[in-house]
Amino acid sequence: MQREQENRKVLKIGLTVAVLMVGFGFALVPLYDIICDITGLNGKTGVLAAQDVRETAVDHTVVVQFDGTVNSDLPWSFRPKQFSMEVVPGKLYHTEYIAKNISTDDVTGQAVPSVAPNEASIYFSKTECFCFTEQLLASGEEKNMPVTFIVSADIPKDIDVLTLSYTFFNKNRMTTAEKQQAGNANHEKI
Amino acid sequence: MSHDITHDGVADHHDHDHKPKGFVKRWLMTTNHKDIGTLYLIFAFAMFILGGAMAMIIRLELFQPGLQFVEPDFFNQMTTMHALIMVFGAVMPAFVGLANWMIPMMIGAPDMALPRMNNWSFWILPFAFALLSSTLFMEGGAPAGGWTMYPPLVLQGGHNVAYLVFAVHLMGISSIMGAINVIATIMNMRAPNVGYLNMPLFVWTWLITAFLLIAVMPVLAGAVTMLLTDRYFDTSFFNAAGGGDPVLFQHIFWFFGHPEVYIMILPAFGVVSEIIPTFARKPLFGYVSMVYATAAIAFLSFIVWAHHMFSVGMPLGAELYFMYATMMIAVPTGVKIFNWVATMWKGSMTFETPMLFSLAFVILFTIGGFSGVMMALAPVDLQYHDTYFIVAHFHYVLVTGAVFAIIAGVYYWIPKWSGHMYNERLGKIHFWWSTISVNVLFFPQHFLGLAGMPRRIPDYSTQFAEFNMWSSIGGFAFGLAQVFFIYIVWKTVRGGEKATGQVWEGAKGLEWTVPSPAPHHTFEDFGPVDLDKMAHGKTH
Repeated sequence: MQREQENRKVLKIGLTVAVLMVGFGFALVPLYDIICDITGLNGKTGVLAAQDVRETAVDHTVVVQFDGTVNSDLPWSFRPKQFSMEVVPGKLYHTEYIAKNISTDDVTGQAVPSVAPNEASIYFSKTECFCFTEQLLASGEEKNMPVTFIVSADIPKDIDVLTLSYTFFNKNRMTTAEKQQAGNANHEKI
Repeated sequence: MSHDITHDGVADHHDHDHKPKGFVKRWLMTTNHKDIGTLYLIFAFAMFILGGAMAMIIRLELFQPGLQFVEPDFFNQMTTMHALIMVFGAVMPAFVGLANWMIPMMIGAPDMALPRMNNWSFWILPFAFALLSSTLFMEGGAPAGGWTMYPPLVLQGGHNVAYLVFAVHLMGISSIMGAINVIATIMNMRAPNVGYLNMPLFVWTWLITAFLLIAVMPVLAGAVTMLLTDRYFDTSFFNAAGGGDPVLFQHIFWFFGHPEVYIMILPAFGVVSEIIPTFARKPLFGYVSMVYATAAIAFLSFIVWAHHMFSVGMPLGAELYFMYATMMIAVPTGVKIFNWVATMWKGSMTFETPMLFSLAFVILFTIGGFSGVMMALAPVDLQYHDTYFIVAHFHYVLVTGAVFAIIAGVYYWIPKWSGHMYNERLGKIHFWWSTISVNVLFFPQHFLGLAGMPRRIPDYSTQFAEFNMWSSIGGFAFGLAQVFFIYIVWKTVRGGEKATGQVWEGAKGLEWTVPSPAPHHTFEDFGPVDLDKMAHGKTH
């Protein structure tokens, strides 16, 4: 019957659209990253380009503030060595953060950087950073963590303060089974 | 299938109109659009009571400052579950139930286009909500991170996440199948002489709603799947330590979430667009503009999602864009409000219960719309964000909007479903009781929000005590009024004054050409219908 065929056609098209929209939902993930990279939204820092570095002095300076926090899952202390620095755009600078493992276990952490305000973030790039790799700290170990950065000479003059912030996360995320075990252990104690 | 067919499309022998015998055959295996519509409506009503009971617990705890009755974690479970159950269990299935019952009869179709899938899309729902509700009895309790399921909070609550995710998947599958069915029915099953612009507005709004459902329910399914893999398979979609971003979830969620709010309100627009012309005894003013306005609202709903998240820190340009795009929705919505008012202008109005609920809908939904425009303003939204002002706003549009329209629709069509008139006096009592109490319940919450009371918190500063007490009293009264509504519906189904086929003096539409109660099978011959009986049938 013709009507039945037409109904099946609508069904097929509808299901296809539904499946495609699931795909669209997942496609939003890379799309979001790309948009953030291009616009600097979300404080993702820029990539160093040749015109960023300039030998001749730029006639204005920028104050860079440093901030460090640890996620509640990570038993570390973490702070910048100096809280702010006045820098000339186009020149390389170096600073350090201090991290200490205050727990009785060895823990691996991963730092995630963010620059505020958003408009400034694409003009900020790091040439060396502890956030590029995972950091292992033994129990009680303290470590200086270096950052080398450059503020692009192209940075607009109306931006005179920017903040570089790191959040350290626990990289030893327990697997589900381990969490279960830990939960059971706690339960038994009670 | 051999049925006696008469020329007006109605099987004329009521004594044996081919209803299957036995509970399992009649209900569990049914493919009849009227039976499935009834199942949807009963299910929605049951969920409305369950979600309402949770709301009562919330209002009980908030009756006074301090912690009296429940633990904070249980309170958060209640706010989360109340929202999930009301959105996915009560409002959406209620509209699908109305669609099942009314759409085939309104367009002269014998049934929905895909009847067996129709059965399936209903019977998935009880399982979805059994799954979701079972978390209440688990160690760690039900999801407590809010119905928006924002990570990382929602992932920190134990294994209810898995149940939540799979329940959402099932609800999504059910809605998508229901939506495809509605589209196929409307596109292929219309009587041969019924064109798109002859269709009642309820059919039109549902057609557009169905497209929204197909477009966004899969996106929600994708988002919750990412939550699931983040929790159990160590992916990092939303985990910052692994390079993901929690804000991404908010974008994906609200890409679903904003169309979702129109999924819950467009069919309500359709219902009141049927009722107001009937009791104003005038054709709907601006029928075509209503259709275009509905389509415009649906389109705009896809491009405004980030107004739910002004406070995440967006660049100025994005804030401005989302602000203006959101305010633009007020234009087509204003067209609709204007048309409803113009329909009543110089009409011979009477005020039966469905009309009263529809009038309350127009006025109170507009209040909710206005507070929506206030929140569209990015700078002031930073103050309103996550306060009781938001709670007041979305309850005005969902309770006095969607729920009032559903109640109006039930009063309007129940004579057609049951063959009995409801008791008008009890209906009017129900209306005034509900309307007064719902305003006592939600209006003070505007002031609480503006004064800074945050939502989803079981305790509050003493300065908020009086408004909260009023709000709770209104809440209990409104809850009780809905128990009274069950009694009215029960009484109407069991007996009462016999309804005529026409039921309402001013009603137009094919559903009023069949007897009351509507026979099990209607419009079986796929033949042309009498366009003069349709509100928008005449082609001048």
